[in-house]
Amino acid sequence: MELWYTEQHTDNVRFSIKVKKQIYSGNSEFQRIDVFESEEFGMFFTLDGLIMATEKDEFIYHDMIVHVPMATNPDIKKVLVIGAGDGGTVRELCRYSGIEHIDMIEIDKLVVDVCKQYFMQTACSLEDKRVHIYYEDGLKFVRTKKSEYDLIIVDSTDPFGPGEGLFTREFYGNCFNALNDCGILVNQHESPYYSEYASNMKRAHLRIKAFFNVCKVYQAHIPTYPSGHWLFGFASKKFNPVSDLNANAWQSLNINTRYYNTDIHIGSFALPTYVNGLLEAK
Amino acid sequence: MSEQNYAPLLEALKKFKSNRIVPFDVPGHKQGRGNLELSDFLGKQCLAVDVNSSKPLDNLCHPTSVIKEAQQLAAEAFNAKSSFFMVNGTSAAVSAMIMSAVKAGDKIIMPRNVHRSAINALVISGAIPVYVNPGIDKHLGIPLGMSFDDLKNAIDNNPDAKAVFLNNPTYYGVCSDIASIIEYAHSRNMLALCDEAHGTHLYFGENMPLPAMAAGADMSAVSLHKTGGSLTQSSILLSSGTLSDGHIRKIINLTGTTSGSYLLMVSLDISRKNLAVNGKSIFRKVLSLADYAREEINDWGGYHAFADDIRGRYVYDFDRTKLSVHTRSIGLAGIEVYDILRDEYDIQVEFGDLANILAIISMGDSALEIERLVSALQEVKRIYGKKDISDLFDHEYVSPVVAATPQNAFYAEKKYLPLEKSKDYISAEFVMCYPPGIPVLAPGEKITSEIIEYIKYAKEKGCLVLGTEDMAVENINVIA
Repeated sequence: MELWYTEQHTDNVRFSIKVKKQIYSGNSEFQRIDVFESEEFGMFFTLDGLIMATEKDEFIYHDMIVHVPMATNPDIKKVLVIGAGDGGTVRELCRYSGIEHIDMIEIDKLVVDVCKQYFMQTACSLEDKRVHIYYEDGLKFVRTKKSEYDLIIVDSTDPFGPGEGLFTREFYGNCFNALNDCGILVNQHESPYYSEYASNMKRAHLRIKAFFNVCKVYQAHIPTYPSGHWLFGFASKKFNPVSDLNANAWQSLNINTRYYNTDIHIGSFALPTYVNGLLEAK
Repeated sequence: MSEQNYAPLLEALKKFKSNRIVPFDVPGHKQGRGNLELSDFLGKQCLAVDVNSSKPLDNLCHPTSVIKEAQQLAAEAFNAKSSFFMVNGTSAAVSAMIMSAVKAGDKIIMPRNVHRSAINALVISGAIPVYVNPGIDKHLGIPLGMSFDDLKNAIDNNPDAKAVFLNNPTYYGVCSDIASIIEYAHSRNMLALCDEAHGTHLYFGENMPLPAMAAGADMSAVSLHKTGGSLTQSSILLSSGTLSDGHIRKIINLTGTTSGSYLLMVSLDISRKNLAVNGKSIFRKVLSLADYAREEINDWGGYHAFADDIRGRYVYDFDRTKLSVHTRSIGLAGIEVYDILRDEYDIQVEFGDLANILAIISMGDSALEIERLVSALQEVKRIYGKKDISDLFDHEYVSPVVAATPQNAFYAEKKYLPLEKSKDYISAEFVMCYPPGIPVLAPGEKITSEIIEYIKYAKEKGCLVLGTEDMAVENINVIA
């Protein structure tokens, strides 16, 4: 007998992973959560049937969503993380001794509970004393803050379901307001390849551009996400992620990473021509 | 409540489907097979029950079996003696209600802020309106509800009137003391009719204003599709039994379709069941969402999300499920906020008038959507808000001068004039902003310079102004 997990990447494309066994399945108020064990990707978990993180490739995503802004401004001290229930983003942030305070806002407590039980690879730093977890709607939390954060990381699901509010103009406006004058906003920015993801990406980019002086997009290769080609948004009131990169400062921190390095930092902002075209289109 | 768990029309349609009837009757799409694009778009399920009346499915114009049963269950759910399923919208229900109660030459007492459908019924029937000042909140710039005293005066001054017509609640959520008004009307042998287009939930939620049937009304038009969850255009007319069912049905059939849509009817049946069975918990949640939004919005200052705080002479009670927000105080007309929300934030609210917006909170909402609306309003204030509110129209309610009955004015010899030159003429047409569809001018009313200014201002701010023969509302038909 063979057991396969299949994710529908588009109406006409499927992605499958052979599964050893299903470890967990449950429903929260917001979504369905499943945990599987596989030969190829180790443990992985899904929300509403979409892969969020696998043991084998989560390092790519978490490296890129954290180290790019941190190497651009190594003085970041106060961080707001929205989503990120698996804890991977917080784990990477906690490696910086300069960071003093991390607020993590996750709407779904069950995601955190499940990851703490089955996914300690990512959830390992959630008990760090600098980390403050709030279980509520990120949209609500952020609109109560003003000029408070050096960095906001939006580590959300796709813009349908509970993550929808985190791709809206009101949310980005509130993020702008919650950041101080040196503030940086990084968000998972969907994929440019399949049309549905690409249109989400374009909308998000246009909306962020309306608020921030600097608004860039960078990429990484994430094998288990649709098309494998994934983008991140970098927006800031002050810093340019390429010309302001402080490579020496970051290297002197001696943080070992498997995907991120300061060369790939620069390189990741060089985008394929068709992606530039999508981003420039109105 | 076990009977309310049953939906006879739904069961009949399920059975009809399983019988695999070969249709040689209308509709010609034959359960969708003849119009594949339509059936792909709406779904095969849906087209398979878009059927014609037949013996097992009853006939809306003359119900004797499953429709009759469904109507009876609805009547019980609404605490009425009988109910009539309406498939031409609540506009048709309001018209049928008025035409059942009054005929040519009869007087009917009503607030001026009625929906156009009420005045339409006067155009058709020839009944004569006696308008009562609904009261105005000058700060909010909205019409309110009639006070008992004003209504009592109108009844005392027009002892020959046949009926009193009430909004319960108004679009904005304002309720009058309908129990006292109805009691007084009955004591003077007048019928009491209610427009509850915005009041379905009053029958099923707790801690809500009194619904018309409980207050003793003779009839009420209830727009189930607005806050009750049924399909757009489906509605219910309720009767307490004062007028005979046969008479009311005859009036409905005067202008009603003979091809009543089963999609609309079954949506009424299913919604009635849901409301009767789950209504309390549904509207508890709706109220808590609306209360939450109001609290947050009022917290930052600027906007005023009003509710119970506007109670007074013209506001006996308030329907707190309506999220009405005064926007003029942030320097923006309601219609401007309405447009910004849609164009910039992908949020559609029910309407914006010159000073307020109205968001309908209903059974389909969750905390996540409410949060988007609240956040967007906060952003609109931050980004678009103005300190200067001097260019905003200071709206005053002007009592209309009724110079002719709506019917006489509508059918009179007319002159077609540019709007600016129409001052002091008698209008032969409606002019209204839509929504809310409450006439600024009704046929038979004198045109004043305030009204002309108001129409110009509303157009300038982007309201959809309509009602006249001239689509652009630059010209108007007046009595020659």
